[in-house]
Amino acid sequence: MTPLPATVAEPGQEGTLILNMGPQHPSTHGVLRVVLEIEGESVVRLRPEIGYLHTGIEKTCEAKFYQQVVPLTDRIDYLCPMTNNLAYCLAVERLLGLEIPPKVQWIRVLMNELTRINSHLVWLGSSAMDLGAMTVFLYCFREREDVLRFFEAISGQRMMSSYFRIGGLALEPPLGFFEKVKKFADRFPGNVDEYEGLLTGNPIFTRRTKGIARLSAEDAIALGAGGPTLRASGVDIDLRRDAPYSGYENFKFKVPVRTEGDVFARYICRVEELRESIGMVQQALAGMPEGPIKADAPKIVLPDRERMKTQMEALIYHFKIITEGFGVPAGEVYQAVESPRGEMGYYVVSDGTAKPYRVHMRGPSFANLQALAKMCEGGIIADVVAAIGSIDIVLGDCDR
Amino acid sequence: MPLAPPITNIEELKSHPALGCLVAWNASVVQAAKFDREELTIWVEKDAIREACAILRDSADCPFNYLCDLTCVDWYPSEPRFEVVYHLLSIATKERVRLKARLDGSSPAIESVTSVWPSANFYEREVFDLFGVRFTGHPNLERIMMPDDWEGHPLRKDYPVEGYR
Repeated sequence: MTPLPATVAEPGQEGTLILNMGPQHPSTHGVLRVVLEIEGESVVRLRPEIGYLHTGIEKTCEAKFYQQVVPLTDRIDYLCPMTNNLAYCLAVERLLGLEIPPKVQWIRVLMNELTRINSHLVWLGSSAMDLGAMTVFLYCFREREDVLRFFEAISGQRMMSSYFRIGGLALEPPLGFFEKVKKFADRFPGNVDEYEGLLTGNPIFTRRTKGIARLSAEDAIALGAGGPTLRASGVDIDLRRDAPYSGYENFKFKVPVRTEGDVFARYICRVEELRESIGMVQQALAGMPEGPIKADAPKIVLPDRERMKTQMEALIYHFKIITEGFGVPAGEVYQAVESPRGEMGYYVVSDGTAKPYRVHMRGPSFANLQALAKMCEGGIIADVVAAIGSIDIVLGDCDR
Repeated sequence: MPLAPPITNIEELKSHPALGCLVAWNASVVQAAKFDREELTIWVEKDAIREACAILRDSADCPFNYLCDLTCVDWYPSEPRFEVVYHLLSIATKERVRLKARLDGSSPAIESVTSVWPSANFYEREVFDLFGVRFTGHPNLERIMMPDDWEGHPLRKDYPVEGYR
């Protein structure tokens, strides 16, 4: 670590240089462009530029039936598709006043925790690789492949799973699915030990992360950071515990909180979350209730294929839902869930018709990105890479 | 769970810390309130939005110190056309509240809340970009999602889904 020069130039002063990082840069984790104003090696000012992945999903949602929006929500954050599905489905279910069967809630929790593991593994591998630790990346993607196979088994898709439906789930989990997940869950804590063995005590890694890109609790709150970024700064908040949804109140877990607020603290928080998540997967498997995978609402939930072939009424409902959608009582709901990156909020406004009047996604990456300037200004360029890695940004979620 | 009818009587809702705090400060800024689907919505006079936000943030017993989300809804063709929506969270008590301010369609503008929560910066730029609502006092009100030379504001209801061709 080179000590910083005693005086750093003011922004806009002569002698500073504008450096463009991205949008095509391996360490920006997508198409993020960071405009750096530098003096020598130190960062005077940092300005993130986004919008390269803006596809107007919010506008598209307004032109679709409620059930047709579910596959769009996957595309927002490609590392945690089921978290997006869940937030959207919960919002619409609250607008409708639907009661969700317990088995659906438990499978949703199970899949959400697997999604969190998937997302954190990609983060761990890629952000460690940014700091030069290549091996961890390969190990993380080995386990991630297992999780993606579970997604494929249960929904038919590895990444854009669209597995949750308004009022239930798309399919019954295949035979032997829970046993396979159980085997993975038994083995996974050993894998986390493996990653930690490579990083936690590694002198190169700790010197690149400890005390780097600090963010105080006050700044984190004022800048709207969320999830592990907020918890690593000492703010104890987790929506799964504080505002439980989808049956999270039945699960026991700890919320890892650190007070240092640096890159290392964020790393520790996420690794601890991996362990807590796998514990919740075990709890979900052990207590999995029996019952239907769809709510009892024939005008909203598509009927089973078999019933459609034998019952006239089921066929009519199927035809009506597909061609006309279903009306949702007028009103508005803001449903927040804890995504791997922080608070993911879906604000859905209904005007009583079959298409949402407005869908707004509060992307956690969008919020976390605002904290980046505070973390990096006054530091050195090499630490910008560590800082971008540590806020775990997904640009699809940022630009929507 | 069947839907309960919404409560719109301000007197009945005063026990909620956010509404109690605002009414105690200045009852005339509260235009209406609604408690529906477990969520409280307060319509605030648009000229008082920044002060109302600052009062809620600094409230002693329930400080709404975290701005979760800031967005806008276009009710075209009815007037007032725009509703700017603020979702606040109190980290200490985990209470949530939604504030709304109504704006006319002719030249929609409202005071920026970036001085209350710096995090409003990106959200206000996004609303400006996609709805064309101006935020007075914003430090850097530029387009954030669309290219700088883009014409129109895509999330307005009179903007076609497939864009202008």
